[in-house]
Amino acid sequence: MSMEHQMSPEVTFHHAPDEGNVKKIWRTFWVLLAITVVELAIGYLMYALDLPDGFRKLALKGTVTILSLAKAYYIVSIFMHLGSEVRNLIMTIVVPLMLFIWFIIAFVYDGHSYKTLRNNYDPHFKESTMPTEHGTKPAPAEFKAGEAGGKE
Amino acid sequence: MSTATVQTKWWSGGKSPFNVEYGKLMMWYFLMSDAFTFGAFLISYGSIRFSQNYWPNPNHVFDSAPGIHGGAPLLFVSIMTFILIMSSVTMVLAVHEGHHGNRIGVIKYLFWTIIGGLAFLGCQAWEWHHLITGEHAVLVNGKVELWGQNMRHNPWGAIVEGVNYNGHHVTTPGPVAFGGYFFGITGFHGFHVFSGVIINIIMLIMAWNGTFDRKGHYLMIEKAGLYWHFVDLVWVFVFLCFYLI
Repeated sequence: MSMEHQMSPEVTFHHAPDEGNVKKIWRTFWVLLAITVVELAIGYLMYALDLPDGFRKLALKGTVTILSLAKAYYIVSIFMHLGSEVRNLIMTIVVPLMLFIWFIIAFVYDGHSYKTLRNNYDPHFKESTMPTEHGTKPAPAEFKAGEAGGKE
Repeated sequence: MSTATVQTKWWSGGKSPFNVEYGKLMMWYFLMSDAFTFGAFLISYGSIRFSQNYWPNPNHVFDSAPGIHGGAPLLFVSIMTFILIMSSVTMVLAVHEGHHGNRIGVIKYLFWTIIGGLAFLGCQAWEWHHLITGEHAVLVNGKVELWGQNMRHNPWGAIVEGVNYNGHHVTTPGPVAFGGYFFGITGFHGFHVFSGVIINIIMLIMAWNGTFDRKGHYLMIEKAGLYWHFVDLVWVFVFLCFYLI
């Protein structure tokens, strides 16, 4: 049944009939839960495999990122009901958010560039922070295991 | 909306061109600006993370739950995520009951949403407490110090090979920025959860008192609902950026 609310004498708006039926809500819940379980499975996979930095690790991280975007889509579209709003309203929300594409690429690239520069021109930074092959670092030369003392 | 949209002249005056109430539209624009705030925080975190040669593995940082000391990565945060998704569902159900003018239904589902929000905040309090008060052996200037995770110290550096302290690994100090970003961003999110709980409590009291019945509609619940779902939405990305990747 369509309801019409009189908010002010001039402006009226229609409600979509039977919006957000309960079945759709629960279906969205199961979708969100399923995606989260898959994300967790990939998280455990990354933990269990302990992959070195490289394409496979990046592929798994990329997969969970895409799955998160899917979750965001379901929350915004179904739970927040944006998918059923007037197209112009959707556009005033979604188009400004496109800024994020530039925002993410520019700043992540900037961080990466800073790292590259420091590794090239600051040997101390490179030596003191670069992990070795197994993600571990040898103890400083002057330190011997026997000297380890607890905090007083 | 399909046929109505085609036949209605939205821009000829007398109607809301976006077919929503003013307050709801403004809530959308507030949430969009809030998305940029959270986005800026998370992107700043990403920028710093990409500028480091070493970053702690979240599976080693977040590997405990109440009663479980280490070795359980992702367990506790998955419980927190489930709580927040569940509370999002009860919030939509409250909005749905509001559409049908069912006061008791609105009250029931708002109640469960508030419980979910409080449970999430409780989990976060435990997690922060666990991180801050933890004691991890860190090699500092040739001596082992016991560090928790806070804004000044990060005990999650690389493992020092061949050194043990009371049977535990000894690490070098990790990147200090980790704590500031973690506590800053999860704290800002937690503040949103907290304010969402307060808003929902106010909605519950108003529904209880019959305010919405007197107004003839439950549109206020929809606006509170938008805010609450946004909190869930942000958590999707906090979960992704801090715990998964």
